[in-house]
Amino acid sequence: MKDIKIQVNDLSLYYGEKKALKEITMQVPANKVTALIGPSGCGKSTFLRCINRMNDLIPSVSITGQMLVEGVDIYDKNVDVVNIRKKIGMVFQKSNPFPKSIYENVAYGSRINGINDKNTLDEIVETSLRQAAIWDELKDRLGDSALGLSGGQQQRLCIARTLAVSPDIILMDEPASALDPISTSKIEELVHELKEQYTIIIVTHNMQQAARTSDHTAFFYMGELIEMGKTNEIFTKPEKKQTEDYITGRFG
Amino acid sequence: MNTATKEINSSLLSTQNKNTDIKGKLIVGVTQLAVFTIIAVLFIILGIIVYEGREKFSWEFISSFPTNGMTEGGIFPALIGTFILVIVMSIAAVPFGTITAIYLTEYASESSKFAAAVRFSVRTLAVVPSIIFGLFGLGFFIQFIGAGFDTAFNGGQLRWGQPNILWASLTMSLLTLPVIIVSVEEALKTIPRELREASLALGATKWQTIKNVVLPGSISGIMTGTILAVSRGAGEVAPILFTGAAYYLASLPGSLSDQFMNLGYHIYIMATQSSDVEKTMPIQFATTLVLLILTLSLNLVAVVIRSRIRRKAK
Repeated sequence: MKDIKIQVNDLSLYYGEKKALKEITMQVPANKVTALIGPSGCGKSTFLRCINRMNDLIPSVSITGQMLVEGVDIYDKNVDVVNIRKKIGMVFQKSNPFPKSIYENVAYGSRINGINDKNTLDEIVETSLRQAAIWDELKDRLGDSALGLSGGQQQRLCIARTLAVSPDIILMDEPASALDPISTSKIEELVHELKEQYTIIIVTHNMQQAARTSDHTAFFYMGELIEMGKTNEIFTKPEKKQTEDYITGRFG
Repeated sequence: MNTATKEINSSLLSTQNKNTDIKGKLIVGVTQLAVFTIIAVLFIILGIIVYEGREKFSWEFISSFPTNGMTEGGIFPALIGTFILVIVMSIAAVPFGTITAIYLTEYASESSKFAAAVRFSVRTLAVVPSIIFGLFGLGFFIQFIGAGFDTAFNGGQLRWGQPNILWASLTMSLLTLPVIIVSVEEALKTIPRELREASLALGATKWQTIKNVVLPGSISGIMTGTILAVSRGAGEVAPILFTGAAYYLASLPGSLSDQFMNLGYHIYIMATQSSDVEKTMPIQFATTLVLLILTLSLNLVAVVIRSRIRRKAK
């Protein structure tokens, strides 16, 4: 794998005494979609939240090992977590638009960065909504509350909101798990288009989704990274027995 | 199931029913009586006040000064004094209480001993008898801060070292602080974690998240707290007894260092120290009516806003 975006070395995470992630070592390639799969509670979401340091919010969590993003250890004392999160965006399982207008949702990240010029904001909002393939649906109602949108629209709005901060990496935590099939396929198309410009890591419990959307797949089980490889290889000839059992639906 | 077992079953059921019936009826009866008593007491109080106060209660009563040694006329200065009191009190207590609530819910860690101490203090403050606040205000604000200020900056000339609106309002704000803190805390807690995470994940700092997401979502909670505090402050007399309330003033207060008249205090002195208690009875009732309308309607607004927050939280 050329062009490594994220290099993880021996990363372990503890909730208090309990070890939830065990010496994870992996490489995430740039401008590709990497899927994290595995049964519930296997640590895939926890791992995802390590990449933008969202686990910092939980007081009992402690982390050892290295998480190198473009060669910089993001857990280094000198690294500003706020800058990390600007560079590494996140889309959550449950769409979580702010109770503000559609426009203000997308403009939120720019405003906190001190951009308040109307023209600049207009441009950012339009570009981001276009990138999230939702501009045509929403362009005439930018002033409406985001809470009035359908679940699928809300989720794409959340993606637009993330894109507006122009991150390099986008983390997606089961972004389509609460959506209907049509909205899900729209999100998947979007993921496909976005990988041109972004490195995407997507957690999913839907095997077909992983197979359809990703270039690489990492299988997690009981806090360990069991196997990682090209998606078509993982799905056709996995090296480990556990991976095969999971993919063929024997457990999980 | 044959007929025999059916009969046994039904007889078992009926004896159980009889027992629980009597107990049940008794409990229902007692609870109904208790509820009825409370409602009756409330209506008797309200009824007497409305009945006795209705004659005097008029726009003129509200908008004119007392006359003839306070045996006639209206309550305008007491009403205005009460308004100024609650406004100055809110200016002091609302930001202070909100900031405390923000610290407690957003910044203090769950294991923090300091936060636990603050919470304990707030709870204790809420049960301190109001007269103690009055004495504290007299000792701390007037005799210590006020008199100290006069000595240091006024060349010993008495200006701030005596009862006035400022000290009465600050004393009252201490009394109402717990109400505000608890209401705001409740409101802050209704902001879902997902929204905070959304903001943080976009690279917002903790303070930016509080300012842009948490506080706007808690505005109604802050308002509820303020209204409840105002309604409490409008009705309390003990804290202002020694700190600023005046028996009678011929003009409205013009500065924070002036004394003021107050509705609750007005009722108290009319009932105990008036030159003709019998004659001023209608004035007392009408003043009470005004005070009741004021506090009840404020509470009603707070209840409405609070129920809206609850519905939103669900």
